[in-house]
Amino acid sequence: MSGTSGTYLGMPAFPVAARDAVRDETLRGNLRHATHTIREKRAKAVAELDDWERLRAAGRDVKERTLRHLDHYLVQLEEAVTAAGGTVHWAADAGEANRIVTGLVQRTGQSEVVKVKSMATQEIGLNEALEAAGVRAYETDLAELIVQLGDDRPSHILVPAIHRNRGEIRDIFVERMGSWGRAAPAGLGDDPAELAEAARVHLREKFLRAKVGISGANFMVAETGTLVVVESEGNGRMCLTLPETLISVVGIEKVVPTWQDLEVFLQTLPRSSTAERMNPYTSMWTGTTDSDGPRTFHLVLLDNGRTDTLADEVGRRALRCIRCSACLNVCPVYERAGGHAYGSVYPGPIGAILSPQLRGTGSEVDASLPYASSLCGACYDVCPVAIDIPEVLVHLRERVVQGGEVTRNGERVTIKPAKGHRGERAVMRAARWALDHPGALRAGQRLASRTRRVHPKRLPGPGRAWSDTRALPEVPEESFRDWWQRTRGGDR
Amino acid sequence: MRVALFITCVNDALFPRTGQAVVRLLERLGVEVEFPRAQSCCGQPQYNTGYRHETEPLVRRFDAAFADYEYVVTPSGSCAAMVRDNYPRIGAKAAAEGRGQALAEAAARAVPKTYELTEFLVDVLGVTDVGAWFPYAVTYHPTCHGLRVLGLGERPRALLERVRGLELVDLPGARECCGFGGTFAVKNAAVSAAMGADKARDIESTGAAAVCTVDNSCLLHIGGTLARRGSSVRPVHLAEILAATEEEPYA
Ligand code: SF4
Repeated sequence: MSGTSGTYLGMPAFPVAARDAVRDETLRGNLRHATHTIREKRAKAVAELDDWERLRAAGRDVKERTLRHLDHYLVQLEEAVTAAGGTVHWAADAGEANRIVTGLVQRTGQSEVVKVKSMATQEIGLNEALEAAGVRAYETDLAELIVQLGDDRPSHILVPAIHRNRGEIRDIFVERMGSWGRAAPAGLGDDPAELAEAARVHLREKFLRAKVGISGANFMVAETGTLVVVESEGNGRMCLTLPETLISVVGIEKVVPTWQDLEVFLQTLPRSSTAERMNPYTSMWTGTTDSDGPRTFHLVLLDNGRTDTLADEVGRRALRCIRCSACLNVCPVYERAGGHAYGSVYPGPIGAILSPQLRGTGSEVDASLPYASSLCGACYDVCPVAIDIPEVLVHLRERVVQGGEVTRNGERVTIKPAKGHRGERAVMRAARWALDHPGALRAGQRLASRTRRVHPKRLPGPGRAWSDTRALPEVPEESFRDWWQRTRGGDR
Repeated sequence: MRVALFITCVNDALFPRTGQAVVRLLERLGVEVEFPRAQSCCGQPQYNTGYRHETEPLVRRFDAAFADYEYVVTPSGSCAAMVRDNYPRIGAKAAAEGRGQALAEAAARAVPKTYELTEFLVDVLGVTDVGAWFPYAVTYHPTCHGLRVLGLGERPRALLERVRGLELVDLPGARECCGFGGTFAVKNAAVSAAMGADKARDIESTGAAAVCTVDNSCLLHIGGTLARRGSSVRPVHLAEILAATEEEPYA
């Protein structure tokens, strides 16, 4: 199987990948249908609550306060988890986290693990690291299973196989299930219930056999050391309770101080993500309990660029994210470009502000992500923790074109502007001069007016990006400025 | 009442008719309109592309150009949003970079006096019936900055509903971005064009003779897309509809 994170290396810039996606009619149809359906359902679920705006503000405030005192709450969490019989590990980056988890699995003597859907383990490429160590990781979330069997990459936070339709899923099951375990039943159709049943039967033997489960978590409650997984299918519950050993890899920003704080998010997360009032399964566990559930529990706290992100006052808002995916579902750019174009496990608006911070703006795709938005603001409107995504995007655009001070690996460094913006910068500087000298601007306008008859209908070179699909405006005979001067000249 | 017209660079160079319409409309409503010639661009294209430092002189210029006025009216939702939302951010960042409070103070002076045209009509003048006549079916596209940043709400529709002869047709998917987004239209041309094509299809489906917005930059993209598709729907700025009367009809 090809690596989910490995394939992100050398990803093309967003506009290039998006251009291909836009041409894919099937993909656009699948995405349009899926995002519009969930978009409307979410709007209804949210409209039911008359205190939605207050919940949203509370979610924002809880996260902001926690992030400001993250060191304190993480230590409190570690103490509580340890006191409850768990073991806490700290991982500075993906490599360290993978080494810790691989070592823990190897110590159990097992060669396979079952996995709960988790963004953090995808972010670090855990499945590939385990495979390199001879351990097979089985995804148990239905959509993750489809992605894994299809040797594919996830394209949505909540529904990683959103880019696939029923017929495609049936084909993947028929062709691939056999090589991963129990084969798909003969004559499998593409009815959703039939597909779900095939997955259930395929997964069941893995649940019953597994001795090690690996998960992430939606929340970690510092005051008691409790981890929380919110899900719809119940597969997560199986992985969290049946194995003897449970290893959870969780980003450090997932901590909330108290159960009272958690209450806010248990109201906003299900409505924002699946448009449910309450999700069907909420699993919570605190360390280990004798004769119930896993006997060994390890918590791996993952940094991987988060502390660096925290150092930036505007950028750190991305760390409030509770991964509901509402911003993806309303995003007109995501709807047309699809998740893969974002070159990361975090697609859509949140990916566009998170990846260039967690990974830096050094690569072509990361430097292009802050521009993968028309700044329409639909994401900010729906975000349950009120992240002003357009503001963070513009802030990161500044970093791309102007460079400046950022924090990388805990050090303050000055980065150079990203490549490929030299021409643009020259234009912006020239514009700054012209716009600050209205006399010169007016002369330019007059020149454009005088030459209007010979203006082309389509532009050559970079201008084609506009004129291939849009007619050019005609330059009027007279600018407003000149009209005013001519008709009301004496005035100011 | 005396107000300054902030025409914006796009309207100045490409859509002088919109500016002329604003002047005609406001004067008809008894407002004295002036055009301070020191004005320039609000800086939105530069700022939104990441060139904040290139925007700073334009914040200072805006402040100086409109220093003598209590009201600055602009026929552009996105330029009004630029002043209101982003000028204070530019000021705060300059202060944080140790360059003093001057920009923040300039921003603080600019924000409360700047009105998008429909805000000025409805909130300051308190009118929704401006005595206009426009005998065509019109559909209204609420631009993103007008809708989500300024929160124009029902103001534009309230004004349109009282235009004599005008039939206001609902636009399906009205709240969806048209795909312009400033430099986004060229940097991500494929996605922008796909969004524009969907918007154009929705507009055509209404059967309206004209599509109207409070922003000519979005209209440049929507109109350009419609024209390239060979559509007969005309892009018209809201100000031009409100300025039209039976005596001086829209030409
Ligand atoms: S940024 Fe906001 S809307 Fe998007 S996934 Fe995160 S919490 Fe949800």
